[in-house]
Amino acid sequence: MYRIRFHGRGGQGMKTASRILGTAFFIEGFEVQDAQRYGAERRGAPIFAYVRADRTAIHERGVIGRPDLVVVADDTLVPVSAAGVMQGIGPDTVLLIDSAESEKTWRERLNLQGPILVLPRLIPLEPSEMAYVGTECAAAAACLTGIISLASVRQAVQQELAYMKAGVVDRNVEIASGAFARMAAHSGIVQEGGTTSHHDRTVPSWVDLPADDIGESSPAIYGAATSVAVRTGLWRSMRPVVDTSRCNRCTWICGSFCPDSAIARGSEGYPQIDLDHCKGCMICVAQCPPHAIVAIPEAEAVAQEKEGAAS
Amino acid sequence: MTRELITGNAAAAWGARLARADYLPAFPITPQTEIIETIARWSGEGVMDCRMVMMESEHSMITAAGAAAATGVRVYTATSSQGLLYGMEMLYTVAGWRAPFVMANVSRGLAAPITLESDHNDILAARDSGFLQIHCATCQEVLDVTLMAYRLAEDRRVRLPVIVNLDGFYLSFTREPVNIPGQDAVDAFLPAFDPGPATFRAGHPVSQAVAVLGGAPYSYFRYETALAAQAALDVYAAIGADFFARFGRRHGALERYRCEDAEIVFFMMGSFSTKAKEAVDRMREDGVPVGLLRLCMLRPFPTELLRSALTGKRAVAVIDQNLSMGKGGILHTEITSALYGYRNAPPIVTSFVGGLGGRDISIEEFFEIAAINRRASETGEIPPPRLLYTDTELREIRKLQAIAHVERQEEIVP
Ligand code: SF4
Ligand code: SF4
Repeated sequence: MYRIRFHGRGGQGMKTASRILGTAFFIEGFEVQDAQRYGAERRGAPIFAYVRADRTAIHERGVIGRPDLVVVADDTLVPVSAAGVMQGIGPDTVLLIDSAESEKTWRERLNLQGPILVLPRLIPLEPSEMAYVGTECAAAAACLTGIISLASVRQAVQQELAYMKAGVVDRNVEIASGAFARMAAHSGIVQEGGTTSHHDRTVPSWVDLPADDIGESSPAIYGAATSVAVRTGLWRSMRPVVDTSRCNRCTWICGSFCPDSAIARGSEGYPQIDLDHCKGCMICVAQCPPHAIVAIPEAEAVAQEKEGAAS
Repeated sequence: MTRELITGNAAAAWGARLARADYLPAFPITPQTEIIETIARWSGEGVMDCRMVMMESEHSMITAAGAAAATGVRVYTATSSQGLLYGMEMLYTVAGWRAPFVMANVSRGLAAPITLESDHNDILAARDSGFLQIHCATCQEVLDVTLMAYRLAEDRRVRLPVIVNLDGFYLSFTREPVNIPGQDAVDAFLPAFDPGPATFRAGHPVSQAVAVLGGAPYSYFRYETALAAQAALDVYAAIGADFFARFGRRHGALERYRCEDAEIVFFMMGSFSTKAKEAVDRMREDGVPVGLLRLCMLRPFPTELLRSALTGKRAVAVIDQNLSMGKGGILHTEITSALYGYRNAPPIVTSFVGGLGGRDISIEEFFEIAAINRRASETGEIPPPRLLYTDTELREIRKLQAIAHVERQEEIVP
């Protein structure tokens, strides 16, 4: 059975990725199960989706514990432990990361035994095409299995995106074909995983839950402002930047729309964005009446900051 | 007929569409919403000819469903978890009206603490309401059983509403290949609802669902409902045979998987039972004689079928995805009450509670449950009930508790 997990951020089309890959397997005659996991259900939040494909009926369910392939659409997720990217990665697991950094860098960083591949982006995506990343990842994954044809991938993209405008579908098919071609050298690198042996089983380490004091055992939070400690800013793939020359200082507008209360009124009345907690949803960008907030890719913003610090 | 990859929610919607449901009172709730969204889209596109009404709550939704069904209209509705509980008063009421319709419940654990993920405490809270209950393990079953549930509900020997249960996430948001039968084949299997004498039209009868004074008339009507629920077992078996003849898929009150020569049997409901099948297959490869008995119909409870399926078994491992506070697993209570006093009952019935709030059950846990039952059948000693919970999980909760009590520290560590 093939067991494949996709990790990305809300808005990057991970559900679509799992469905395109699932449908492509199905077109190839496989039995398929695909599903996505909703958590916070918010743009920018870490989410994942998964696909199982086999030649016989699939009985396994739920989250894939031992993946054959893990596809990461957003490389900033790798170090976020709550995202679970590294969960269950074994020596045979292929890791495919959509990243500007090299395979060598990732190999050194992660110190994994298994193969690590980087999916370079040849067709530069517009910010509005964030959701196309899913298509790209699905097509690359399909190629890595070596048993899904490009024709099946194209058909799967068309089928899964049938509800979209023709131009958008065509663009996705183009992106899928490009990603498939770029992975051609690694076609077949992902191998089907086996089953869990009963003979060599590990015994689960069950515990008897103690009866805790009521102060511990009711679902209550006594600590104030614990959410401050959660840096949702790590979710951001696009960063809002205020152009003060256009800004009217009407911060009750952008400040009210920000779902994370990350916009405060700064000293001169300009909005001050708390980048530790701005999750990059781009709602402020859409709402600002004089279009004074622009969106720039987070990676670019970080690079600029580094340059600024160096010079 | 087509074979497509669809979610459990889409399979439920297909069931309603192919059954030609006329009236759909609806109210959204995660993880059920996709069902009514799908039907709303079809209704808007004109491919499903029905009247869909957004109600202001599940209480009104179930009232509207029962009232419409009482007039002889075919009704479909769907809910989950907190919504099911919010409509609880009307569950009992419309079942008492003997109003037949089908309602999907997409299982989700109950508050508090609030969760979106699946377990069976929501649906089990409706156990005694008079609704019949069928629990699904696959997306295919959701579609098939929805069709069968209409035949069952509308049968004059039964005439009760039916809940078709599917697990949130594990079925609701999971796509699997599903055979979608053609409309003609479904029409032949499920003709239009003929309410016969029991219909409610303006002024006919003058009063529907009257109040009674005194225990004797009350007892009569309640017991009539109980008899109708009991009758549903045979009726469902006949419907299942007809469904199999037409569509080639078998659905009954119980599913036996590699049970014939099994010594140890897992007993459970819902989609996690397919995980048990995987565990059974792996253990069989290793020569361990285990099987799975899945309870598909909880009400009416198939006592006789269960007894005969378990005759001569050495141990039954009951896995409950629910918890009755102060008692334990509800299925465990159900099965032991059905087996007590039966001469050929298995001597060992053990209790495991797992999968609460969507908590996964690993294949190693199934292996260990079987091993515990094997040991119990050798020693004759029944181990105490066990919550499936690992030390890693306890460590994680201790970490969360430390954060929740962070006020003891001077400052939040970022
Ligand atoms: S809404 Fe736009 S113009 Fe108004 S304060 Fe915010 S950034 Fe400035
Ligand atoms: S500052 Fe803008 S982009 Fe950031 S979270 Fe608030 S609304 Fe979203």
